[in-house]
Amino acid sequence: MHRLPAGAKLAAAVACILLVVLLPRTAWPAYGIVAAGLVVLARLAAADLRQLLLRLLLLEPFVIGIALLALLRPGGWPVFLAMLAKSTLCLACMVLLTATTRFSDLLAVLWRVRVPALLVTTVALMHRYLFVLVEEMGRMNRARRSRTFVRDRTSAWRGSAQVAGQLFVRTSERAERVYLAMCARGWKN
Amino acid sequence: MHVPDGFLDLRTLASTAALATVGLGLALREVRRLPARRVPMIGLAAAFVFTAQMLNFPVAAGTSGHLIGAALAGVLLGPAAAIVAMTAVLLLQSLMFADGGITALGANVLNLAIIAPLVACGIYACVRRVAGDSLQATLLAAGFAAWCSTLVAALSCATQLAVAGVVEWGTVLAAMGGVHMLIGLGEAVITMLILAVVIRSRPELLDVASTRPVPHRARAAYAVMAAIGLMVLIAPLASSLPDGLEHVAEQFGFAGRAAAAHPAPLPDYAVTALAGDWPWLSAVVAGAVGALLAFAVAWFVARALAAPGRTAARQQ
Repeated sequence: MHRLPAGAKLAAAVACILLVVLLPRTAWPAYGIVAAGLVVLARLAAADLRQLLLRLLLLEPFVIGIALLALLRPGGWPVFLAMLAKSTLCLACMVLLTATTRFSDLLAVLWRVRVPALLVTTVALMHRYLFVLVEEMGRMNRARRSRTFVRDRTSAWRGSAQVAGQLFVRTSERAERVYLAMCARGWKN
Repeated sequence: MHVPDGFLDLRTLASTAALATVGLGLALREVRRLPARRVPMIGLAAAFVFTAQMLNFPVAAGTSGHLIGAALAGVLLGPAAAIVAMTAVLLLQSLMFADGGITALGANVLNLAIIAPLVACGIYACVRRVAGDSLQATLLAAGFAAWCSTLVAALSCATQLAVAGVVEWGTVLAAMGGVHMLIGLGEAVITMLILAVVIRSRPELLDVASTRPVPHRARAAYAVMAAIGLMVLIAPLASSLPDGLEHVAEQFGFAGRAAAAHPAPLPDYAVTALAGDWPWLSAVVAGAVGALLAFAVAWFVARALAAPGRTAARQQ
């Protein structure tokens, strides 16, 4: 399943999610079928089920947070449970997709389906430099921690803001260099 | 505030996706007019927003908040570029980390990548026009803009959930609005702190983005977008208000009959009746009080950050 074309996988995932979204709120047997299908697919993909479940659990609080709002209305329990089931299924589908597909392949699909080039360029650049910036922020945070001995809340906020502000300054300097490098390699807007 | 898949129905998904596509298309057209030098900056700024969202700001009892970044992006990049950058952030979060649904992408883009930066840029420009260009005024404008954008984005999200029939309009408005008034305060303070650092070390970074005049046609287009957005916001009021009243009436009848069986249904009853009588007045009053408080907080923080003595002390 890792080798299937990314476009097909993305289309299948979107179709599956749309199906779940469109199912009526009381269609519990259908939810069961979709869940079983996803488990079978995960087994076929030889994915690490434990890791998939872990990622699902990490994302679940956001779902529960929004689903809890449904409890505020009278007779909200069935809606709450249906929402929870639906979005958990969709989430499982996306987790499976991201576990078996490289993001660069998904980007290539976005190119092909004529998403505006400027947007894809932006996402591609973001993907390329995200981990560079995360590492840079890690270094700055480490440097800050090794120099600060007082840890009250005000200084923590100041310190984090200092890191973020400096990161933006460095990011814009890096963007200048990236632009020059892109031009040197024949990039045309 | 990311809406996952499975919450919104087809009607909401389609209408938000259409609005998001139009808004994003306008922003992309706007960005194409910028100098080519800015294009890599937008991509890297998106990466910056994502990275800055990972920073923890300890609140209390082990919990911590983090930046949303729409207002910061709006102030640093200008509205059109901020829309594109925030859309890239949401796209990556959805496709790479499964955070935020893929069918709900339209709704999320509309709330967090279009409405939030536009509101932020609008409020920022308005406050600066009144308060001036000093450091304190800039920070105050950015902080208040961050609070407003967080609140409006949350209300827009609540509206979509209510239209989709997941939640009830009145309760979700109060819940999301109340919580995000507090979250917005955190967002405002973080935005101001970060902006103060950027302005102090490289003031020209900010001026490149914010002094560029917006063409009239784009302004008109954004006004139309805002009007459509407002209509989307207001339409459910018209449609859900009778529902709400009907529901209260039902409760009245039900409570009247139940009164014989239960000894004291009154406390419950009084609260629903009150909320049913004046839902809009109380919402407006709460919003106005919240806005005043947020403005006051932004003013104090801006004054503290802009005070000349503080920098010398801090840099030692």
